[in-house]
Amino acid sequence: MSLEIAVAAALFVGVVAYAVLGGADFGSGFFDLTAGGSRRGAEVRTLIDRSIGPVWEANHVWLIYVLVMWWTAFPASFAAAMTTVIVPLVLALLGIVLRGASFAFRKYSETLGQARLFGAIFACSSVLAPFCFGTVAGALASGRVPAEGHGDLWTSWLNPTSLFGGVIAVGTCAFLAGVFLTADAARGGQRRLAERLRVRSLAVGAVTGAVVFAALIPLTADAPTLSEGLAGRAAPLIVLSALGGGATLLLLLRRRYGPARLTAVLAVSSVVSGWGLGQYPWLLVDHMTIDDAAGARATLWGLLVAAGIAAVVVGPALLYLFRLTQTKEWSGAGH
Amino acid sequence: MSVHEVLAQMSDAAPTVLASAEPAGLLPARQQMALSLGWHIILACFGVAFPAIIFVMHLRGIRKNDPVALDLAKRWAKVSAVLFAIGAVSGTVLSFEMGILWPGLMGTFGDVLGLPFAFEGLAFFLEAIFLGIYLYGWGRIPPKRHLLMVLPMAVTGVIGTYCVIAVNAWMNVPTGFNIVDGEITDVQPWAVLFNGHVFAQFAHMWVAAYMVAGFSIAGVYAVGMLRGRRDRHHRIGFLVPFVFATIAALAQPFVGHFLGEGLDERQPAKLAAFELAETTTDGASPLRIGGVYIDGEVKGAIDIPYLGSLIAQGSLDEPVPGMDTIPAEDLPPVNITHWAFQTMIGIGLLLMLAVLLYWFMRWRGRDLLDNRWFLRFAAVGGPLAVLALEAGWIATEVGRQPWIVYGVMRTPEAVGDFTAGLWGVLIASIVLYGAMTVGAAIVLRSMARRWRNGASDLPSPYGPELSEAGAGEER
Repeated sequence: MSLEIAVAAALFVGVVAYAVLGGADFGSGFFDLTAGGSRRGAEVRTLIDRSIGPVWEANHVWLIYVLVMWWTAFPASFAAAMTTVIVPLVLALLGIVLRGASFAFRKYSETLGQARLFGAIFACSSVLAPFCFGTVAGALASGRVPAEGHGDLWTSWLNPTSLFGGVIAVGTCAFLAGVFLTADAARGGQRRLAERLRVRSLAVGAVTGAVVFAALIPLTADAPTLSEGLAGRAAPLIVLSALGGGATLLLLLRRRYGPARLTAVLAVSSVVSGWGLGQYPWLLVDHMTIDDAAGARATLWGLLVAAGIAAVVVGPALLYLFRLTQTKEWSGAGH
Repeated sequence: MSVHEVLAQMSDAAPTVLASAEPAGLLPARQQMALSLGWHIILACFGVAFPAIIFVMHLRGIRKNDPVALDLAKRWAKVSAVLFAIGAVSGTVLSFEMGILWPGLMGTFGDVLGLPFAFEGLAFFLEAIFLGIYLYGWGRIPPKRHLLMVLPMAVTGVIGTYCVIAVNAWMNVPTGFNIVDGEITDVQPWAVLFNGHVFAQFAHMWVAAYMVAGFSIAGVYAVGMLRGRRDRHHRIGFLVPFVFATIAALAQPFVGHFLGEGLDERQPAKLAAFELAETTTDGASPLRIGGVYIDGEVKGAIDIPYLGSLIAQGSLDEPVPGMDTIPAEDLPPVNITHWAFQTMIGIGLLLMLAVLLYWFMRWRGRDLLDNRWFLRFAAVGGPLAVLALEAGWIATEVGRQPWIVYGVMRTPEAVGDFTAGLWGVLIASIVLYGAMTVGAAIVLRSMARRWRNGASDLPSPYGPELSEAGAGEER
């Protein structure tokens, strides 16, 4: 593996982690949005507060990791993307800002009225952000970001691949969140709530899976390079994703929530990795390869050192946090 | 916020430089960056300094078995949850804006300046993880281990500040690359991370963070005492952050002076603007307080002989190089730079004198916490420290203009290819940041009110009455 590819792989690990971990947090917003009125939705919303409260900021940092790796390792391609897909990026950013701020504000709201206002902003922005990121992924993957930048401001992200990308991003986020929330509710002893979430997660999972495979058809015309990759090199990952998704639905049906989380993560990480492998060796599909986009070698080595330190220092801390959130003391209500 | 007023001035001053060649998006891009950075940096100060302050309070609570201190630490943790959340998202805005607003900078120098950002991201990662553990760990982790979870945040505050400042220091004193035929070659990213200028600039910012957080938190309890709440809760709530603020305020003038050394070599235009030196004097330059620079002349300044040379050059006869030695197209907006610089110094000195006065009187056996005028001053100490912080950033950033990378790349070369439509984004951002400020103020004030009324845990607004029926049946 060349140095450039190693750094690209380290960057893509961040993309997958953000899609899975950050995605599950965004997806909680989808369940918040569809939880019903303040009385009916109170249980779901309290569960969401408790479930993503300790982890959302850490999960959010994956986005920073991806951005920093991207602009440091592949600066020209970063500038090209930033001058092309400005609109969805600004909208995604708006979603991120509103999501984080209103989530924190809602937790400490005094009145139900305030909580409803902040909650509505939290929920809507949680759907907006992944949708916009999905359209950006579509723009990169369908060859709409030219190497010199300044691509079309609108058609770059309002096109079949991008729109499918946006819908798939929202769907996978909601699917992950549904499985995680169902498991959290069951572990906390809220059986009725778990049942309610289980049915919804099944529906979201079935729809999202259908959209992912339906998207493969328009992709052949709209994003031929990606489509070729998906049918060739990345095909095993797509199959793996289908198996993971199917297994998750089956496990949800049988109320085996613990293992369902693993298969859901497998399904989403494989479909995201499938996109990455599908467009390899392109960074900006049809315009700039990973090798062409790479910056100075000394910097690439520096980034690998940083990523190595991150794996050693951040990894255990992150695992400790996740392990704590899964213990009995952290699953109960309160705080 | 102070930034907005200055922004208005900036728009008057900026066209004097490069008026003809200026891209349509340059001014709104600058204002956008100033707004988002100026807003984020206040929260970044809390992210850097609040954990250590909480740690001391929490430690006191555990060591002395002091329920008042423990309660304060617990409340501060909840406040920091709100502040860190909006700090995290407003910091993300900056990551995006680096690319969106300044593609010329990031596309050209991304691989030169990027490594410090990677380490900053690492520090931020750890901070977010331990924040989650600490915030939700109350009553769930053994107390001593729980307390230790704050410490990594204080350490990552140091690393994060250092790394971000390394990039800014590099913009002031670019290093770690060569330019051959317009191409960037021989990139040495580690030289950027460890460039010689970083340490002084880092120290200045790190100490400033403790001033902002220390004075702001202490100010909250000063207001409480002014309103007649004179319990121990308010006393130690004031004193612990005030001790941090004291150390920072005493150190800051020296740290700042250390940073300024050699500025005549590094950035003579910035120094000339700081000192409002229109011409190079024969012999010692005066210290010029106030005044404006109009049509090549300084008006309305108070000159103190010799002091300018003494402070800036450490000499009684070496003059400050004046603006006459610098080509007009390389001069920053002089008046903003000068006034921002002197505002920072003035407030910094005032805060230093105030803390000196407090501890001197206390040593003489008088506690100024019984003095309403001192409490009033302490109440505005936080806003003053914030003002000094903003002024300092305006001084160094505006003073570096017209360069984004000093001597290498001019700001107009870095900006994206925008139309005047970028003003619309700026207006939307002002609304967004305004709304976030209001939202945070409402929530924090309501938390304080509920605590005063005896609430300790602040329950989810959706419970308990709303979810009680369901929860009851399931248990």
